[in-house]
Amino acid sequence: MVVLRRLLYSQRAAPYLFIAPFVITLLAFWMLPLARTFMLSTQEVVFGQAAFVGLDNYQRLWEDRLFWKAMFNSARYMVLTIALLIPIPLVLAALINSKIGSDRVKAVFKASMFVPALTSVVVAGIIFRLMFAETGTGLMNQIVGLVGLDPVRWLRIDTGGLIALLALAMWRWTGVNILYFLAGMQAIPEEYYEAATIDGAGRLQQFFHITLPNLKPTIVYVTTISVYGGLAMFLESFMLYRGNASPNDQGLTVIGYLYRRGIEQNDLGFASAVGVVLLVVIMAINLTFLTLSGTFKKESAR
Amino acid sequence: MTTRRRITSLLAAGLAATLALSACGGSEDEGGPDAQGRTSIEMWVFAELHGTYYEAMAEQWNEKNPDKQIKLDVTVFPYDEMHNKLQLAVNSGKGLPDVVDIEVNKFSNFVSEDGRTPLADLSEAAEPYEDDIVQARMDLYNREGKQLGFPTHVGAQVAFYNVPLMEKAGVDYKTIKTWDDFKAAGAEYHKATGKAFGIASTDTNIVQPLIMAQLGGNLFDEDGNVTVNSPKVVEAVEMLQDMQKAGAISTIPGGSPDIEEAYGPINDGEYAAVVYPAWYTSRFVDYMPDLAGDIAIAPAPIVEGGEVATIGGGGTGTAVIDSSPDKEFAMEWLAFAKLSPEANVAVWEELGFDPVNMSVWEDEEVTHNPENKFNKYFRTNLFDVLNQVKGDIGHFESFADPNLPKVDEVFTTSTYNQIFGDGVPAKKALDQAQADLENQLE
Repeated sequence: MVVLRRLLYSQRAAPYLFIAPFVITLLAFWMLPLARTFMLSTQEVVFGQAAFVGLDNYQRLWEDRLFWKAMFNSARYMVLTIALLIPIPLVLAALINSKIGSDRVKAVFKASMFVPALTSVVVAGIIFRLMFAETGTGLMNQIVGLVGLDPVRWLRIDTGGLIALLALAMWRWTGVNILYFLAGMQAIPEEYYEAATIDGAGRLQQFFHITLPNLKPTIVYVTTISVYGGLAMFLESFMLYRGNASPNDQGLTVIGYLYRRGIEQNDLGFASAVGVVLLVVIMAINLTFLTLSGTFKKESAR
Repeated sequence: MTTRRRITSLLAAGLAATLALSACGGSEDEGGPDAQGRTSIEMWVFAELHGTYYEAMAEQWNEKNPDKQIKLDVTVFPYDEMHNKLQLAVNSGKGLPDVVDIEVNKFSNFVSEDGRTPLADLSEAAEPYEDDIVQARMDLYNREGKQLGFPTHVGAQVAFYNVPLMEKAGVDYKTIKTWDDFKAAGAEYHKATGKAFGIASTDTNIVQPLIMAQLGGNLFDEDGNVTVNSPKVVEAVEMLQDMQKAGAISTIPGGSPDIEEAYGPINDGEYAAVVYPAWYTSRFVDYMPDLAGDIAIAPAPIVEGGEVATIGGGGTGTAVIDSSPDKEFAMEWLAFAKLSPEANVAVWEELGFDPVNMSVWEDEEVTHNPENKFNKYFRTNLFDVLNQVKGDIGHFESFADPNLPKVDEVFTTSTYNQIFGDGVPAKKALDQAQADLENQLE
């Protein structure tokens, strides 16, 4: 007891004691698996017996057409989701935050946009799969039929599949991003706008010169998680194509490829190499982005 | 004081959680019969129908063997999940069942190229039944003299024709003997009706190997190297591509006849011919009730002067896990449940599959039973057709190759989609598949 009291009152030791749960969790559930993955990526594992093969897995990875295809698919999805899921929610958030319209209508809108985020991807994926069915009776084909076009084989062509994936992402994440931006906007002091109005700035000018610059930390945050989310996407594609196999691998993502090689084809070493490369790529993109956007600079230097 | 108490209780909670975690996985089956003399067997399957079937076989076994009862515990998983779960279990060596159904395209994942396997050798248990079983189907699960699985059905490929539709278009299915006939009939049908005749599968590798085997081709050479762009393989796929160009076969929603999206169009008469393994009978009966009385079964089209008339397609190999504490018992029961004549009658009557025990094929009382739901549904009797080709059912060697799962994956995701979906020339798509596979299998 005395020891514990001394520990808790000690200025040097107490902080460590308090962050210990976090550090231990991080070590046990993040660093350990990570180190183990690095180790596995240099091995060949057959029915639980591992043999060291050096950088063999990485070399095969480098020459693997499908890996690059998966990389391309994931990167394309990431770029497009960022291009869609930042500006659109931003504008919608600005509208909700403005004085236009009735508060009640806006509250309903906000809530209904957020509901998809609470829905399971599994259920959503199945519904989207049915919506984008290639038969003439599918919802999307009925819609294109109204315009007088022939039924589209949505999930069997590259663009069709991409549209379905992006639609799913939009439906699911727009509401969440609106909430992030809304929170950011409500933290901007009202005085800025008042001063701008007195100086004669219009609504658009206010948006570009007050709202946007003050939202920068939020935008940086949303972009960072979107980079990760886009590159690590798996379940959406898995559900949409009902499994990991899609025509011509048009829906194959990096994680999907990792899953295929490691779990479906029993090549855990190779799959670990895929995981390591993905981690390196995501870290490289995000660290570069965060450095360029100035997030690492000290508060005073900004 | 309160702070300290709270911390102590937190620590205690953490400790309790750790203990609870480490206590997991304690109750392993030690093997042997329980207090009531019943041996517990845990089994994984990926098709609900199979589960019902094994439960029926366990009951039959218990009636015959009052001294060694089985307590069968069947768990049904979805297809992919079951195979993935099994894969992880054999890698970790924990949480394995005693008996498991493994689909033929996944089977090779459980035998390494140098012959290591977590599956038990069933040769001895098979002996009493060996003479009556179609050898080609046993070979499918035989690796270097070890019988690692028991087959479920022959799955001989046959043709299903929608007779009223074809009659309306003036095409007689009885004239179709070879693939050339099939192509001509299909083109004529397509011209007369504007509808599709046969099916070009993009998502399954079943009919393509039939033609490859008829031509005498193989997906691997004698040393086990992939040769998916070898002349005979290319020829087989080109034949199908020509049929597609002539309008005799078309792609189908869902990419294969055996998927929910496809049952609807076939049921609605959008397609008039399905060449598929005999077990497709059950799909007609279960999912296409509107076609009752319309469908005739006939031998699959052949290649003139070809090597074999037909081959088995698809399949499930049932295996016993080598490390199971009840291995011997499980093997004995499994041989009864899969190879005995009783079991094979049940395979036909319950599942509608063509059984691997040939003695059943000759038993007219079973095969021509007018009360049988499959006999009621079809215009012709499945066994009349099967007995016609009986001596000519070949074994496609590639189906037993350790690398088949990878070839299957590339074919059904990329190659066939390129060929039948995007119209890429067969040779070009197969060259690409060869390059991809060479890199993967290095």
